[in-house]
Amino acid sequence: MVGIITYGAYIPRYRIKVEEITRVWGANAADVTGGLGVFEKSVPDLDEDAATIAVEAARNALKRRNIDPDQIGAVYVGSESHPYAVKPTACTVGEAIGATPHMTAADFEFACKAGTAAIQTCMGLVKSKMIPYGLAIGADVSQGAPGDALEYTAAAGGAAYIIGNDDPIATIHHTCSFTSDTPDFWRREGQDYPRHGGRFTGDPGYFKHVKGASLLLLEQTKKTPKDFTYAVFHQPNAKFPQKVAKDLGFTAEQIKPGLVVPKLGNTYSGASPVGLAATLDIAKPGDTIFVCSFGSGAGSDAFDIEATDAITSGDFHRDAAPSVQQLLKDPIYLDYAQYAKHKGKIVMQS
Amino acid sequence: MRDVAVIGIGCTKFGEKWESSFRDIFVEAGTLALEDAQLSGEKIDAMYVGNMSAGRFIGQEHIGALIADYAGMATRHIASTRVEAACASGGLAFRQAVIAVASGMEDIVVAAGVEKMTDVGSDESTDTLTGAADREWEGFMGATFPGLYAMIANDYMHKYSLTREQLAQVAVKNHYNGARNPIAQFQSEITLDTVMKSTMVAEPLRLFDCSPVTDGAAAVIVAPLDRAREFTDTPIRVLASAQASDTIALHDRRDISTLDATVAAGHRAFKMAHLSHKDINMVEVHDCFSIAEICAIEDLGFCKKGEAGKFTADGETALGGKIPVNTSGGLKACGHPVGATGIKQVYEIVQQLRGEAGKRQIEGAKVGMTHNVGGTGATVAVHILGRA
Amino acid sequence: MVGTKCEKCGRQFFPPRTFCPDCRRAGKIVEHKFSGSGTIVTFTVIHTAAEQYSMLTPYVLAIVKLDEGPQITTQVVCSPEKAKIGMKVKSVFRRIVTDGESGIIHYGTKFVPAE
Repeated sequence: MVGIITYGAYIPRYRIKVEEITRVWGANAADVTGGLGVFEKSVPDLDEDAATIAVEAARNALKRRNIDPDQIGAVYVGSESHPYAVKPTACTVGEAIGATPHMTAADFEFACKAGTAAIQTCMGLVKSKMIPYGLAIGADVSQGAPGDALEYTAAAGGAAYIIGNDDPIATIHHTCSFTSDTPDFWRREGQDYPRHGGRFTGDPGYFKHVKGASLLLLEQTKKTPKDFTYAVFHQPNAKFPQKVAKDLGFTAEQIKPGLVVPKLGNTYSGASPVGLAATLDIAKPGDTIFVCSFGSGAGSDAFDIEATDAITSGDFHRDAAPSVQQLLKDPIYLDYAQYAKHKGKIVMQS
Repeated sequence: MRDVAVIGIGCTKFGEKWESSFRDIFVEAGTLALEDAQLSGEKIDAMYVGNMSAGRFIGQEHIGALIADYAGMATRHIASTRVEAACASGGLAFRQAVIAVASGMEDIVVAAGVEKMTDVGSDESTDTLTGAADREWEGFMGATFPGLYAMIANDYMHKYSLTREQLAQVAVKNHYNGARNPIAQFQSEITLDTVMKSTMVAEPLRLFDCSPVTDGAAAVIVAPLDRAREFTDTPIRVLASAQASDTIALHDRRDISTLDATVAAGHRAFKMAHLSHKDINMVEVHDCFSIAEICAIEDLGFCKKGEAGKFTADGETALGGKIPVNTSGGLKACGHPVGATGIKQVYEIVQQLRGEAGKRQIEGAKVGMTHNVGGTGATVAVHILGRA
Repeated sequence: MVGTKCEKCGRQFFPPRTFCPDCRRAGKIVEHKFSGSGTIVTFTVIHTAAEQYSMLTPYVLAIVKLDEGPQITTQVVCSPEKAKIGMKVKSVFRRIVTDGESGIIHYGTKFVPAE
């Protein structure tokens, strides 16, 4: 049965508070935090990027379970901030975990859902028995333009999933997607920062696709929201996932463990993967998890996941790597100037 | 094996020589040495020149040939060789010259050192100097030269007693001596305060704990001892020439704050000269950083490990002390044109032994020692010289 | 961290060596994976760095003794006041340096305090 063999997450130690960003741009902190439901976001260290985050997440996954890296037949990394436009992050990850050279690799881009698209691809390769294990990662050091609304939430982080057939800790019963060509949020080649359509990102973007994929999954699996223990939705802020959960019939308790955005921010390609990781951190055998990601452009991937006995016994050691809550602890706060230096927003002498 | 003597010496003023090129300073030093030996250039049989990095500082390699050419010796087709061992290039060039004469292969040989460092910006010179360390495993990881010596200092301070003030006293003493040395880059004395308040470079080393970037050249001429009086009334005999190597990276050393290569070369030199510490009247050590002088005094055996700080603070290494160290002003006050330093050290000892050291003169100087280090201690050359 | 080991004398090498300095030609070198755990032996805080590292100053440069024996020079990512001789550290994967804006990114190992 195809499923998650092991997983790992990584979040950098640095943070900046939303109120520090509003201070710089002259906005009202209470209005912004109230409107978004986000209070602070993670910031990469000066020597971190999407590749280092992806490697740390993958290594954390490997710490939890004894998988021979040589058996990983595919590595796919989804990100909006790959360090190179040409030269895959997946190759660096593959080398760093010892999976090279007998593997296929490629980088994925689909805004915030590149990571879940990678999971689906690995499922296909594994289910068809083309490879024993596939590694799918969503990781980002997302950029928001200075002074733009996205700057309050664009954060850094990621999670890695090893997909396989044998003895998964969580079975992926089903996956389906809802995709269209929608210009809600985009970044042209060579541009530093993304642009977005303001309120257009809401109903025609996020809600249409999340609902589209979610309802399709419920229909195809003949399940209802009540059949799930937990639910994880893409979280560009706290309000969107709370609203879509409610609209679809999920409760606040169901989405609680996976709703990490208030203290983390939106880690773009890492968002749904990290939300799922936070849920797997506390899942018990038999718990069912509904996941629906969203990537601008636009599309959503939905998953029907069930934790197995393997998650608390056998050779899976959940405590061998930090949980998402542990990664969120002991943050180091930066002011806006330090944040700008960390994010490369200061123009240096070339 | 023949006995070897130094028959002539020359040295340019060290400093930021904006108006002088690499070729200019070499010729100047060589000319001064020839005049000092009252020697015609035609008598030179071979040349060894120490230079660390002309390739990066001025984009020029093939230094042996360049120097023979500009010294007017290319048309006589003399053997001219560049010697490189980072900051020990000069010391090794001197040793090669001594070996050439001692072996009987050559008679009159020039040992020179030259470095022109100010034609590039400080970022480039800092990076070039990092080539003296392990580029791949120290430099690449973010180590700087002061950083490596700072780690030596912290290891030393963790194991032995050495105060920040005692360390600073090394620089104060060397500036005092440098102010009495016409060739030194820095001609003024400094106080403990100057050192303690200067910009932090790599904790605990501050700006004034570090030798500067300098242009300069020095040249000495060696000949068989039994011919020396043809050229000079004050031949200075080379009593010992020793060289030792160690791991290139600091992290591979047996003991981080002991330069084993210094210990080895020092032992070899004393053995070769049949002398002991009490016979040495002054020693030029490699104080690229203040902590380097502390370690050198101990590793050469002039005091016990852990005691050089007090030894220095008590004035035992000052001009009037038990064993004057760096009467020239050392690398700190003279400046450190990398390839030239080892030869400048010989120049100073020869001046002392001839009684020509002016305000720095050590009374009754009979035997002197030089100690030249490459990198953080991967190459060391030690020489002992005495009145013939 | 993949280094080497001499099967004849048991000595482990990081950075990897292809020639055992003790056994020399009599040695047998194989690949060896290190745990990434170590202790700070000595360190400094770099305030003036080479140009490509200048964004990071002040940073901790240390000699770390790996649990397996070899010593390496590395950065320890922590606030300078926190660094201490004897502190236990563990390896992390970080950017070391880039060849300018359009050149290759060099990744490698740094260390963080092992809580």
